[in-house]
Amino acid sequence: MLALHEEVVMGAPLLLVENLRKYFEIKRVFLGKKTYLRAVDGVSLSLVRGEAISIVGESGCGKTTLGKTILRLYKPTDGRIIFDGRDITHLGWKDLKWYRRETGLVQQDPFGALPPFMTVKRILEEPLVINGVKNRREREEKIYKALERVKLTPVEDFINKYPHMLSGGQQQRVVIARATILEPKMIVADEPISMLDASVRIEILKLLQELQQKYNQSIIYITHDLSTTKYFSERIYIMYAAQIVESASTSDLLQNPMHPYTRALLNVIPDPDPGNRFIIRNVPAGEPPNLMNPPPGCRFHPRCPNFIKGVCDTREPSIIEVAKGHYVKCWLYG
Amino acid sequence: MSKVNRFFSQLLLYKSALAGLIIILFLVGISIYTVITIPYEDAILLWRAGEQYWLDNPRNALPSWINLFSQRKLPETIILTTERLQVGVSKAIVPTERFSVIKIKFSFNYAYDDFPSEINLFFKAKFNTSSPHLTISWVKPNGEKITLRTLLVSKGEDSYYISNDKVLADDLKKYISNKINNAIPYDPPITLMLFAQEDTTILSPDTSRVMKGDYELWIDGIVFETDVDLDAKLVVYGKIYGLAGTDHLRRDLRIALLWGTPIALSFGVTASVTIALIQMFIGAVSAWFGGKADTVLQRVTEVFMILPFLPLLIMISTLYKFNIWVLLVVVIMLTVFGSGVKNYRAMFLQIKEFPYVEAARAYGASNIRIISLYLVPKVLPTIIPSIVISVADFVFLEAALAILGLGDPLAPTWGKVIDDAYTYGALYKGLYYWVLQPSIMLALTSLSFAMLGFALDKIFNPRLKEM
Amino acid sequence: MRKEHLSVKHLIMYYRTMRGEVRAVDDVSFSLLKGETVALIGESGCGKSSLAKAIIRLMPRNVSIYKGIILFNGINLMDLDEEEFRRKIRWSKITYVPQAALNSLNPVIKVGEQMIEPLTIIYKMGKREALEKAAEALRRVGIDESFIDRYPFELSGGMKQRIIIATALLTNPELIILDEPTSSLDTLTQANIMNILKSIKRETGLSMIFITHDISLSSELADKVAVMYAGQIVEFDTAERFYSNPKHPYSQKLMDSVPTLRTNKKLDFIPGSPPSLLNPPKGCRFAERCQFAFNNCAEDPPAIYLDGDFYVKCWLYMRK
Repeated sequence: MLALHEEVVMGAPLLLVENLRKYFEIKRVFLGKKTYLRAVDGVSLSLVRGEAISIVGESGCGKTTLGKTILRLYKPTDGRIIFDGRDITHLGWKDLKWYRRETGLVQQDPFGALPPFMTVKRILEEPLVINGVKNRREREEKIYKALERVKLTPVEDFINKYPHMLSGGQQQRVVIARATILEPKMIVADEPISMLDASVRIEILKLLQELQQKYNQSIIYITHDLSTTKYFSERIYIMYAAQIVESASTSDLLQNPMHPYTRALLNVIPDPDPGNRFIIRNVPAGEPPNLMNPPPGCRFHPRCPNFIKGVCDTREPSIIEVAKGHYVKCWLYG
Repeated sequence: MSKVNRFFSQLLLYKSALAGLIIILFLVGISIYTVITIPYEDAILLWRAGEQYWLDNPRNALPSWINLFSQRKLPETIILTTERLQVGVSKAIVPTERFSVIKIKFSFNYAYDDFPSEINLFFKAKFNTSSPHLTISWVKPNGEKITLRTLLVSKGEDSYYISNDKVLADDLKKYISNKINNAIPYDPPITLMLFAQEDTTILSPDTSRVMKGDYELWIDGIVFETDVDLDAKLVVYGKIYGLAGTDHLRRDLRIALLWGTPIALSFGVTASVTIALIQMFIGAVSAWFGGKADTVLQRVTEVFMILPFLPLLIMISTLYKFNIWVLLVVVIMLTVFGSGVKNYRAMFLQIKEFPYVEAARAYGASNIRIISLYLVPKVLPTIIPSIVISVADFVFLEAALAILGLGDPLAPTWGKVIDDAYTYGALYKGLYYWVLQPSIMLALTSLSFAMLGFALDKIFNPRLKEM
Repeated sequence: MRKEHLSVKHLIMYYRTMRGEVRAVDDVSFSLLKGETVALIGESGCGKSSLAKAIIRLMPRNVSIYKGIILFNGINLMDLDEEEFRRKIRWSKITYVPQAALNSLNPVIKVGEQMIEPLTIIYKMGKREALEKAAEALRRVGIDESFIDRYPFELSGGMKQRIIIATALLTNPELIILDEPTSSLDTLTQANIMNILKSIKRETGLSMIFITHDISLSSELADKVAVMYAGQIVEFDTAERFYSNPKHPYSQKLMDSVPTLRTNKKLDFIPGSPPSLLNPPKGCRFAERCQFAFNNCAEDPPAIYLDGDFYVKCWLYMRK
């Protein structure tokens, strides 16, 4: 069941997620059956120190829940999360403290991610204070370093500002500075550029890339936009209806997509081209399933152009390595 | 710092805020002045002292500034005493071999357009066995002298309430009727008969006029002892007194009006701030922790919400008489689980989902830290206006309770003054000042907080503000 | 030769706020022929939605200046009074689909009831007839007509957006203004909506103004492209020329910042941020961030016409 690319891994991976599940209980209507929203349903992935991976999926596919569960902002329902050799799946609040230092979170909406009533300095100081950096001079030093790392220089121009005085791009830099101020081993960036303007997006993406390359930061990049992953991550996981349906190295996946869903995605994403307006694209019909009641068998089968009756709609496909490091969860290859 | 300045310059754009602020500053000024000049214990003592303490004051006198607006000058109180040197007072006690002769004379000019409200004479006598035998006589500006009464003074303090002397009233009525050859058809008060012009105008209380001029009161006496001393004090009570007038117990209303200010402000501010803070805290805990804590807190809140607040408070206050500060605590306790908790909980449920709160969890902030440093500061600006506005509510609540007779019976508060006035039928008797003064203070207070609060609301919650 | 359908000339719309005058639309010109789609591209806050609202005359109350020429079928819309505009133009000739319109559907009123409102109000059409039209419009956007009796809360975002588009088409307008019609939708749903818009365009000859911040997406519909920056259109060109060879330095940089799936190129970004519309700089508004800025840029560049109506607002293209 594990879809790891062990041959790439030198020694133990930094993060190992095995068969992770996160179900949310839905309040019972009077005397009704207890139902669950299966936001993450058996996801496995791994991340090597200094590596950047992308998790791509549409909204509602559970990718954000996956990120938050990995960060242990949610309690996993089942499965295992091993970070740096330690099993953190069921650790309590107090035992997680070290894990919080080793991880960082970059969210989608930069303005919302910053407390509006704090200055940049206070915002960056908070993680330091909470994680026991008692010396004021030391804190200040770290704040300066973090702001320089995200290129908000000269630091003096920004340090006393409130979030609303900054542009979207600058706000997102502050968010990244906060996520990296404790020099964590891994950050989860959940749609870090989707709310920014086109001209700023690349700036932030490049910054994340630089953090990864220069500071050996491991990054889990969660996005709905396949076209940005190519410039950023080494490996892509495609998520559909709470499960990973395909994973491969970035170039492999973009050049040779295997899963019908991945193919559909790649097919509909336009590049700027005046010819586009004359093409009617092939779009799989229907919509992603309701995660409270996913279809039996392969979850993509109701929309799949390659649907095999009697197979796809009855049994769930397992994950198969079709090429080196290229895994697909589809009966076409099984 | 510049943030504060900017806030104020924005605030002062609203004229209502400016007006409200000025009134509040004025009220705070009054409070500070009051607290410094009349310590609370003194104020309570003065207010509770009863009539004996206030004997020199007229009853139900109007505030003296009334004279500024009226052609008819109302009389002020005239006090003449032999206990200290004073113009118009002479005292002689002449001891002979076996007795002493006492001669005291009070003279004063009376030029007001209305009659005094009362006339009293107070004595302090010092002797061994034999009481002084005194003759009190009245000399009018026209030189006519009337003997009012002969009396024996007892040892120590004694008094003769001239205006209450029924016999004298009858005598004077007969005397004046004879003099003008016309029977007076009603029972004129002694104050009128002693000060009126003795002609036909006196036949009706509406036409009677004051005989302006110099009056004298003589006390002639004899004591069959030599070691005797007698001091006397004449009080001719006016119809106006001080800045605020007096009530039915002769108390200076200034004390209640002044002390009412700090009491009202501190009651209102403490109640509204404490309640808001506690409700906010409960709401935050409820929203943040959810689960069982939430369920328990919300059910308790619901129970408190359906409890009828005022009847409950009336019931409690009938069983126990509170002083005002205990009342404050009771009001707070009955309100902390009020509907505010629901509002705050709703607000916090929203804020709880804000990405920055999630970020704080991701870098390990504790529950208490998140509630106090991340949730509360976000709500604070939105609720400050409502805190300010609700100050007025609690000021009114306190007054309302006092009027219902549930307040602190002893504290000098505006509500208590209104209550007294109401009990005494002030409006029925035309004593408008008694009700109007505390009412104006109440209205002013709530108006100022409301004006400031609404302006703050426009600044902090700009959704309501027009572009 | 197709005739000119809409021609906006020197349109200006400023509005007043507590902090000063916002120059949301500042001397903007563009045109389109019948059946054409112009894509209005720009970053958030550049005034592209304000421009749409200025055309359809749904402006904020605090407008201080509103002038220019909007020729529609040869008639200057600016000459119409409010009542005439409402009766003759809005909905019946030009419809506007605002951003996030799908959220404006009332979740507890049946889809059909909400769709027929423009018909019953503007055309005083009977309910049955109107519902028939609505059913037909739904079919056109690929939704089963039975959805007329469904409630919006039962529907997905993509469905709702399609219903919004169907509603906008109900009155058979000649021009439709779509403001970020797919910004909150998924990749596949977005492609679906684009397919629908493309086929509508092909079948009905409807003219469109397509407002978006997504350059790749704009190429799905655009016959002409107008790039907006800080309240002005800095470049107006045909799709063929624009996507292969953008002229204005801002357009070039913007194009460089678009990640592409099928070609390999080096991504670039524009440092800094656009100027505030409250007090835009005197000269060229992009000069501060422009790598080609030179002396001339201290003055506002004129629209330099390259060919017909197409122009660039940049001193680099001034013929000596």
